[in-house]
Amino acid sequence: MATFKEFRNNVKPNWCPGCGDFSVQAAIQRAAANVGLEPEGMAIVSGIGCSGRISGYINSYGFHGIHGRCLPIAQGVKMANRDLTVIASGGDGDGFAIGMGHTIHAIRRNIDITYIVMDNQIYGLTKGQTSPRSAAGFKTKSTPQGSIEPALSPMEMALTAGATFVAQSFSTDLKDLTAIIEAGIKHKGFSLINVFSPCVTYNKVNTYDWFKENLTKLSDIEGYDSSSRETAMQTLMAHNSLVTGIIYQDLQRKSYQELIPGYAETPLTQADLHLDQGSFDKLAAEFM
Amino acid sequence: MINQLSWKVGGQQGEGIESTGEIFSIALNRLGYYLYGYRHFSSRIKGGHTNNKIRVSTTETRSIADDLDILVAFDQETIDVNYKELNKTGIIIADTKFKPVRPDDTDAALYSIPFTEMAAELGTSLMKNMVAVGSSSAVLGLDIHVFNEVVEEIFGRKGAQIVQKNLEAIREGYDYMKALLGNNQGTLELAKADGQKRLFMIGNDAIALGALAGGCRFMAAYPITPASEIMEYLIKKLPPLGGTVIQTEDEIAACTMAIGANYAGVRALTASAGPGLSLKMEAIGLSGITETPLVIVDTQRGGPSTGLPTKQEQSDLMAMIYGTHGEIPKIVMAPSTVEEAFYDTAEAFNLAEEYQCPVIILSDLQLSLGKQTVHPLQFDQVEIRRGKLVTDPIPEPADKAYFKRYEVTEDGVSPRVLPGTKNGIFHVTGVEHDETGKPSEVASNRKKQMDKRMRKTKNIRFNTPIHKNCKHEDSDLLIVGFNSTRGVIEEAMDRLEQEGIKANHAHVRLIHPFPADEMLPLVRRAKKVVVIENNATGQLANILKMNVGHADKITSILKYDGNPFLPHTVHTECKELFEYGNI
Repeated sequence: MATFKEFRNNVKPNWCPGCGDFSVQAAIQRAAANVGLEPEGMAIVSGIGCSGRISGYINSYGFHGIHGRCLPIAQGVKMANRDLTVIASGGDGDGFAIGMGHTIHAIRRNIDITYIVMDNQIYGLTKGQTSPRSAAGFKTKSTPQGSIEPALSPMEMALTAGATFVAQSFSTDLKDLTAIIEAGIKHKGFSLINVFSPCVTYNKVNTYDWFKENLTKLSDIEGYDSSSRETAMQTLMAHNSLVTGIIYQDLQRKSYQELIPGYAETPLTQADLHLDQGSFDKLAAEFM
Repeated sequence: MINQLSWKVGGQQGEGIESTGEIFSIALNRLGYYLYGYRHFSSRIKGGHTNNKIRVSTTETRSIADDLDILVAFDQETIDVNYKELNKTGIIIADTKFKPVRPDDTDAALYSIPFTEMAAELGTSLMKNMVAVGSSSAVLGLDIHVFNEVVEEIFGRKGAQIVQKNLEAIREGYDYMKALLGNNQGTLELAKADGQKRLFMIGNDAIALGALAGGCRFMAAYPITPASEIMEYLIKKLPPLGGTVIQTEDEIAACTMAIGANYAGVRALTASAGPGLSLKMEAIGLSGITETPLVIVDTQRGGPSTGLPTKQEQSDLMAMIYGTHGEIPKIVMAPSTVEEAFYDTAEAFNLAEEYQCPVIILSDLQLSLGKQTVHPLQFDQVEIRRGKLVTDPIPEPADKAYFKRYEVTEDGVSPRVLPGTKNGIFHVTGVEHDETGKPSEVASNRKKQMDKRMRKTKNIRFNTPIHKNCKHEDSDLLIVGFNSTRGVIEEAMDRLEQEGIKANHAHVRLIHPFPADEMLPLVRRAKKVVVIENNATGQLANILKMNVGHADKITSILKYDGNPFLPHTVHTECKELFEYGNI
């Protein structure tokens, strides 16, 4: 069985020293090993931005696509080969700005993939513009007077969109993050994991210290019930979404693939591409 | 007795005009007639004038007719909008209910039949369409027993009584018309057809069937006119083969999902029309630079923007060849018949895997939606070729070295490994990359990878890139077209020939890379070249000039009012061009 080291490749990330994304990379490698995957059995599909480079920094199949589209690509990969463990990942701009349409529909479609968002509340690679996750009043190069739009709450949004797995974590908490990614991979359906992954270069407000001060662990809330959507929503609202842990998990609903009529049990990549003459003649006869 | 005629039914959209045409034409097809249909419709569900024009012939027919013999009207608007098409012996059959008025300036006879009233007496006025079908059958002198089978197939699941009532409606319409015709019986009577069973389908049916035959097992698509029939057919037929169709949230998702599925190794399709293709353009570039096979259908309609969503146009040509920023290898094919739409779609999946690039199947509204009689489709001509797909075990690499998925090769095509394969790990990125897929901005690598990609399609193997009907070594006119104009050009050619004008016809089936070597000799040996196309800027003419030169003798006949060409337009304009040198 592969160890987490086998998920390391020989590429040096081009992230800034201290970037939160390093821990996400390590957590994915550990979680993959912990759930018993082999490197060739995983495909990471990523978006564009600093965090989007992650698919190139893990020893597995990786697809670095176009801005905002990692989710449809990842869903296509999973539809084609249901034996692969498919992880989609990208930043908050990728998933909650340009790719928001896909995020909300991937959530309600519930194809069995894991989506990890590295949320730094800023556009880093383009050198410091506002993001849909930036708080109102946040000053950036594109909002010199402070943002006048409120920040989006992706966790609340996911709950209303019919999510079956909603979790949040903080990149410094490697143990917790690894466990959540493992749970996400094991979850039969779409899992959304938002990870606070601070940008040490452009976000001087939402720093490591800021998160340490403001985050509440759900495990510290006595009797928190992650199977209740109502509790999940109330807790998010009470804590301004600044919580970590598995916020909500629906273990009843079947994944998209389990519901498709006729969908092959074996990967579609193994399906016979040839029709036989008899089947073809039958199809053609319907047009006579 | 006549050998061919043209019939049209019209009324308000949502009144069952389409099903009237459908039932009538299925019956005619069963009797062995050759049919070619064109639907005039609007972008709304209820209301607005709609009509369905069908040409019926005892011999093969590939275009709509210039004129009209029978107009079946369910409202006065249908008469007012269409009566000028009627020829000297043409007739109007109209529902008494709306008190039809015959326009002063027509020779056409008007037969008023109480379609609605007769249907209502039988149980429901919905069956007025059946009365009209019966009346039309009387004019054509059809044996209406043919409807027994057709009506059973369509209404059988609603019960025997409904079937019986519909057949009675047809019979009553037939008898009523017979009585009205009296001495005129026979003027529009059709010669008997050969009774052969033939396929009767729209281009989109053929594209979808071609995809199935070509090994397509997944489709991601977003509904749009005139492409939706493709996804609607495949969602019925893919599940028994283990596959499926996902209706995505938008066109971008449809294209990128198809890319993901193709990357993982399934033959996946997406299909749309102009607005969808505009949205897919960035993803098409991703398929190009990542060398991921991708098959896309573009059923052209009137543009730009929402344009004329239910009308004929061929104005996406340049966008399909050059669309997406930057430069990628791409294959653009343009089937010109329903049969070719079948074979070309199946073949597109082979080309996409062999050349590892996007393949666009260009259609147009008339080809995609015009229902017509089709020659038998030869399934044994369909091949499955997967190019340089690696199926042998891969030896373990040293130091976790990535597989050279983008290895620089002589023909530019590199070995392709599917995710899940042991020891085959490589990276894919839309960023310029090295042979293992890792990002690289090194100038020498950029040039190598760009050259490698661009040389893949240089010597493309494509069966019949130009459909040629070139009887003359030296021609007075070389007529060039693509997609659905093939039929009108062929008909116009026959008329030109009878007038002693030596015309050759070249219909371009491979738009890009352009088959210049095949086209050049035809252009050289023509006095004039005339390009027929449904757009305002002469896009194919410009492509011709770019690729074969001879700009001084290339002229265009253009039509961009939303309607397809009629044979007489092509004939008279070509003739004028020949006689006066310009149009």
